[in-house]
Amino acid sequence: MNGLIMSILVDEKSRVVVQGITGREGAFHTRQMMDYGTAVVAGVTPGKGGQTAEGVPVFNTVQEAVDKEGVNVSCIFVPPPFASDAIMEAADAGLGVIVCITEGIPVLDSVKVAAFLKGRNSVLIGPNCPGIISPGKAKVGIMPAYIHQPGGIGVISRSGTLTYEVVHQLSAAGLGQSTCIGVGGDPIIGLDFVELLKLFGDDPGTQAVVLIGEIGGDAEERAAALIRQGYGKPVFGFVAGLTAPPGKRMGHAGAIISGSKGRAEDKIKALEEAGITVIRRLGEFGQSVAQTLKA
Amino acid sequence: MKLHEYQAKEIFRKSAIPTPNGQLVTAVDQTAKAIENVKGPPWVIKAQVHAGGRGKGGGVRLAQSPDEAVSFVRSMLGNPLITKQTGPGGVIVHQVLIEEGVDIDREFYLSMIIDRAMATPALIFSQAGGMEIEEVASRSPELILKEHVNLVTGWMPYQGRKLVHRLDPPLSPEPAKALMAIMANMVKLFTSHDCSLLEINPLVTTKDGKVVALDAKLNIDDNSLYRQKELQALDDPREKEPLEVEAEKFGINYIRLDGNIGAMVNGAGLAMATMDVIKLAGAEPANFLDVGGGASQEMVTKGIEIILKDPRVKAILINIFGGILRCDVLARGLLEAARHTEIRAPLIVRLEGTNVEEGREILKNSGLEFFVAKDLAEAAELVAKQVS
Repeated sequence: MNGLIMSILVDEKSRVVVQGITGREGAFHTRQMMDYGTAVVAGVTPGKGGQTAEGVPVFNTVQEAVDKEGVNVSCIFVPPPFASDAIMEAADAGLGVIVCITEGIPVLDSVKVAAFLKGRNSVLIGPNCPGIISPGKAKVGIMPAYIHQPGGIGVISRSGTLTYEVVHQLSAAGLGQSTCIGVGGDPIIGLDFVELLKLFGDDPGTQAVVLIGEIGGDAEERAAALIRQGYGKPVFGFVAGLTAPPGKRMGHAGAIISGSKGRAEDKIKALEEAGITVIRRLGEFGQSVAQTLKA
Repeated sequence: MKLHEYQAKEIFRKSAIPTPNGQLVTAVDQTAKAIENVKGPPWVIKAQVHAGGRGKGGGVRLAQSPDEAVSFVRSMLGNPLITKQTGPGGVIVHQVLIEEGVDIDREFYLSMIIDRAMATPALIFSQAGGMEIEEVASRSPELILKEHVNLVTGWMPYQGRKLVHRLDPPLSPEPAKALMAIMANMVKLFTSHDCSLLEINPLVTTKDGKVVALDAKLNIDDNSLYRQKELQALDDPREKEPLEVEAEKFGINYIRLDGNIGAMVNGAGLAMATMDVIKLAGAEPANFLDVGGGASQEMVTKGIEIILKDPRVKAILINIFGGILRCDVLARGLLEAARHTEIRAPLIVRLEGTNVEEGREILKNSGLEFFVAKDLAEAAELVAKQVS
């Protein structure tokens, strides 16, 4: 692409609406996103249409924000009981990318959201996630911006602060990122490892991908199956929860070993068998990736 | 949130899923009365604890006489029950369910879960009931049948027919009909009660042609408790670690483990990874503790106090990647904890992220003794030194 630095899903063309902009979290992170240079151009809080918040107009519905401000990305901060409704509203209004930060959505609500999104042109990131950032272009989420550097590593993670740790190490090792995405810690989420690996695979701005997994579910195993078919870019992995006991929910609603399913060692094995470089020592992650890419 | 078997069975009965008649006792002297009300002998005496594997651990006994029933109840109540899921100390039995014995013809397995990859609930049925389903899954996976549930249509009758008419040998018409009705009722129960797991193992046909749920497991999705208030009232905090209950009150995720290195971390993924760092350094984590991505100073203080209440803790690793939680807030929370509680174990602190310089400065000037690690690799080394 003639030296253009690419990214996936969000970039300088993103026009962001914040659903729940008048709440404490929504307001704080709207300011942070704007400080980073993200074009947050509208907010939605039902009943507060006509007001302004953080210098942008507030609308009663997402559709109004589309009609008046041409938004194409949403960032959702509304409380759990109303979050699934907010996601569906954003999809109904035709937004291409919906990022749901909210933690604590009942899983049966997420089942309905997943069914609603089928056949539509919206992609969902989260819920229960830190969001997405394409360094130097746009940040739609709650991650500390300053740890990121523009570059060629794509980062996909099920976690929040663990991603910050890894990204910080990557930047310190001189490895910038094309896009970093937290897919969310819930059992049912929108975009998963497999879909994002495909997007990064097609992105000319991404040279290598970092995959940060954890116990529970089989997202890592499915990612491994995809890569085994041939991927074309180096992939590095980390899996949290080697010491997690079975049957306990480790903070994230989706981070639970059920019987003998979802264990970290099985995930690491699946990733390694697919040719992914799994780094076990978290403290050496950035250095290990840098050394491997140099070699 | 987990329910006890007797609580789940009450909900089953209201949902038209037949169970044996039974009565709960909480003291040995209630046994005689209970036995009068419940048909027998034989009676089935079942310890009510959340842990699985009760049968093998001696928590399920068959009493052939009233005297035997009393002696089984006495042996269970107030005593620890040790199963492969409880850990070596076991859990104390506070309640015992006395049920009528059932004349079993065939045993089945029926459960409902959320299929994560398919993003939909699924019903799981097997004719290999009464065994551990994991064992069936690994030995004869062809015996495990799965039907996904479409929430728009709900459970459709054909799905029941599809599962039941595959049985070999076939069921006679009456129990077949009853079994299909139970499947439909189970799906309704799952969705109306926001379950994360429903399990009947075994679900049996009796010699007189009835279908009965002999066991019942029912877990509620914690995220739904705000709209399942009646179910929330069924929570039994006696089943949990006291420190876990205390942490819950402050919105802290704490899980007790077997080691001696306490850990406090912000964020669940980083907390798990930090436990792994401790293990790779040659030590064992004493706990999982996630103060949350946006923890307050008070939560940090409380987190340290909870870790220190565990007498096994020999050192504490604090690993904070400040995002929303700023490092200066963390540092102030630590000092506040030190004011109220004696910090009796060495503290290894690794801070990074928002306001990290200010946080480190506060710790340096506090007069308290900390080992400050510049990164995770160094933190791991410091942990290793503490245990060597």
